Amino acid sequence: MQWELDSERPVYIQLIEQIQAGIISGVFKPGDKLPSVRDLAAEATVNPNTMQKALSELERIGLVYANRTSGRFITSDEGMIAKLKGESAKEQVIDFIERMKLIGFSPEETLALVTDIVRNGKR
Amino acid sequence: MSAILECKSLTKKFTTLTALSNVNLTLERGRIIGLLGPNGSGKTTMIKLINGLLVPTSGTILVDGKAPGTDTKKIVSYLPEKTYLPDWMKISDTIEFFHDFYPDFDSKRANEMLDRLHLDASRRMKTLSKGTKEKVQLILVMSRNADLYCLDEPIGGVDPAARDYILNTIISNYNENATVLISTHLIADIEKVLDEVVFIKDGTVTLHSSVEDIRTKEGKSVDTLFREVFKC
Repeated sequence: MQWELDSERPVYIQLIEQIQAGIISGVFKPGDKLPSVRDLAAEATVNPNTMQKALSELERIGLVYANRTSGRFITSDEGMIAKLKGESAKEQVIDFIERMKLIGFSPEETLALVTDIVRNGKR
Repeated sequence: MSAILECKSLTKKFTTLTALSNVNLTLERGRIIGLLGPNGSGKTTMIKLINGLLVPTSGTILVDGKAPGTDTKKIVSYLPEKTYLPDWMKISDTIEFFHDFYPDFDSKRANEMLDRLHLDASRRMKTLSKGTKEKVQLILVMSRNADLYCLDEPIGGVDPAARDYILNTIISNYNENATVLISTHLIADIEKVLDEVVFIKDGTVTLHSSVEDIRTKEGKSVDTLFREVFKC
């Protein structure tokens, strides 16, 4: 998995976002076993304690669960992953509409443009 | 378990120059800590005091509850700013040398790291470039199972690709009870692997904080904060 982190925001939050993105895009599949904290930390070149913190948070919200003897796994609850996907899609659309506002398009104009491009393809 | 390093009112003077002044600092186990400060701020003096190469003018410094000496040298792995390995030695000789010297030295680990960095163990130290010598030295130091690693400018002369490997080596080789203290001014390269930073300025500690706290509270990277605090 390709990790892209900047140093301006708390790293553990970025790790949570990227693991979530990995779950949504299928890099991590439902029920997959995760590598050890140390291996994940080495892969992302981050501090193991930071990776631990990110995984604990993912455990708290239920996307990841720990099995005492055999490590950590991605949840098998597909409903939950679908929900995460829905939320992520919504966020991206809201973000897109905001950015369109910045270049002077009202939400209605943006919608018309999107509809046009989806129906008629790129010109 | 006790703190790995405890300094109380630690002061070091060189005749007219005060290198460290009234430093109070406690470092816990299991952390990777950056010792950051501009040139001449006292980073190397601090590390030399930890290793017993300098003696405090006043105040105390305790490593694992003991004053620096033979006992603490067994548990502290030190990478000095300059290499001290003799020119005539082959890389393989340096590994044997460390193996004879330190009971906690893991030769297998050292050889694995040499392989990963494509270093030929039969080469003599005098034939190696500055950066390659630094790599060898760091491999030796990180191949010990120490409680405290003191790395004085470990990545200065090393190319960016090897830098990533070295950071990975540091992350994957220290154990839960060990602390790694890294002195450097290449902050952007290492800040993602740090738990805590200690800012040192004109011989005094001006900040000791978790790096995530800095990002949360200040909304900026450690590198940016450093540039602001030490603006010339």
